[in-house]
Amino acid sequence: MIAPGLAHLRPDTERIVLTGVGLTAPNGNTLDEFRAHLLAGKSGVQPYEIRYFGKTLAGVCQFDALRYQTRKDVRRGTRAGSIGVYVAQEAIRHAGLDWENIDRSRIGVYVGVTEHGNVETENEVFQLRGYDYDTSFWSHHHNPRTVANNPAGEIALNLGITGPHYTIGAACAAGNAGIIQGAQMLRLGDCDVALAGGVSESIHTFGIFASFKSQGALAEHEDPTRASRPFDTRRNGIVVAEGGCLYVMERLSDAKARGAEILGELAGYAINTDATDFVLPNPDRQAECVELALRRAGLHADQIGVVSTHATGTTTGDIQECDALRRVFSGAPRIAMNNTKSLIGHAMGAAGALELAGNLGSFQDGVAHATINVEELDPECELPGLVLNEPREVGPVQYILNNSFGMLGINSVVIIGRV
Amino acid sequence: MTPADIREVVLEILADIAPDEDLGDLQDASPFREQLEMDSMDFLDIVMELRKRYRVQIPEEDYPQLVSMESTVRYLEPRLREVERVPS
Repeated sequence: MIAPGLAHLRPDTERIVLTGVGLTAPNGNTLDEFRAHLLAGKSGVQPYEIRYFGKTLAGVCQFDALRYQTRKDVRRGTRAGSIGVYVAQEAIRHAGLDWENIDRSRIGVYVGVTEHGNVETENEVFQLRGYDYDTSFWSHHHNPRTVANNPAGEIALNLGITGPHYTIGAACAAGNAGIIQGAQMLRLGDCDVALAGGVSESIHTFGIFASFKSQGALAEHEDPTRASRPFDTRRNGIVVAEGGCLYVMERLSDAKARGAEILGELAGYAINTDATDFVLPNPDRQAECVELALRRAGLHADQIGVVSTHATGTTTGDIQECDALRRVFSGAPRIAMNNTKSLIGHAMGAAGALELAGNLGSFQDGVAHATINVEELDPECELPGLVLNEPREVGPVQYILNNSFGMLGINSVVIIGRV
Repeated sequence: MTPADIREVVLEILADIAPDEDLGDLQDASPFREQLEMDSMDFLDIVMELRKRYRVQIPEEDYPQLVSMESTVRYLEPRLREVERVPS
């Protein structure tokens, strides 16, 4: 293998870089605010209540939807669409794109989603009950709100983007899958700028809470900020969160030509499938996915500076991922491993993209943010590099490896390198 | 409802479906579309809201009657004459 990675051997026209990021997370609405709160250990989990299900906990975003949408747009569209519009607009500003003069037919919008349409369908069925289930009272807005491309389409509508737009349904691996899709389409020449990542409106569907509860996988704790506790012996499930994170991605040649600030380079990636169970993960396939991403990047495991884990706080899932990581990184004990979900909950379709964003700061500050709420580390989750409860100075970070796994056995890994 | 009541009802519906618009200067004789940013989905919203609030069924061939406030009130007046105003 070739150090420091294979990416630099490609021509600049095939190297894919991140030049902007827009996000909303339960504990921050800009990259700087999000990073600061992750380093400070500030949780964004709070008490939450939803119809039928009642009181629970969730990661709730507080961004101003009316900054980029009219009240009519908000009313007509979906929460996922609003989140998407907000983070897309923020990403474009962060990237410093010359929006007035850019060719919008050469922009692609690739938005990862865990699910879409549950919120809107539940709302319609709920209101239809008041009309004795007479379907003549079913809204004509239902279809445009629930088509699977809705969040990406709302972004394109809002910004006048006429290039391709669609969503990538990839369960909780969707944030990474969006980034990967963006990179692939840039390399194919299908677009010159990709807005790519993921969004989630899932806290607005009671079904997701009820289903996790029935599965025995919904977190509970008297202190909301301590409910999301991956790797801790007393973890008891997932805290559902909403959020969004989109990157401006470009070919390195284009980014250089416009003098863009480069946040990081896509060094490698992989997506594979367990093909073993609807919900239970498979550490063999997860390890293979990580190894495939490393191999494609031309990297050894010990060249990774930070591993952003997927762990959601479920008993089995956390152990399985640690098992996979132990296999790959056993010879690399210096690597910092952390978990963003402990701070914001599980932002579903946005999780992979958000968790990567929260770690990008380590390229500059050499610090890995902590996994909070680990009072007693589960011995089965013991990994040499885990960053527990306090951030860790790790020195210069060259590569961040970002895990994101989902139901039906989808695994995804993205590796971002410092440029 | 009187024609004045009906006008108020339509104004309330418009305020819901076009929340960014200033309805204070609405000219009753001019088409909505010349004064407000409205598309076909918005007109369907008017039809749906009238159905929900007053159980008025407006057949598709009558949709052109909803072109302006004046024509809408004229169209609805016989259909809502016996209906009590429901405060929103």
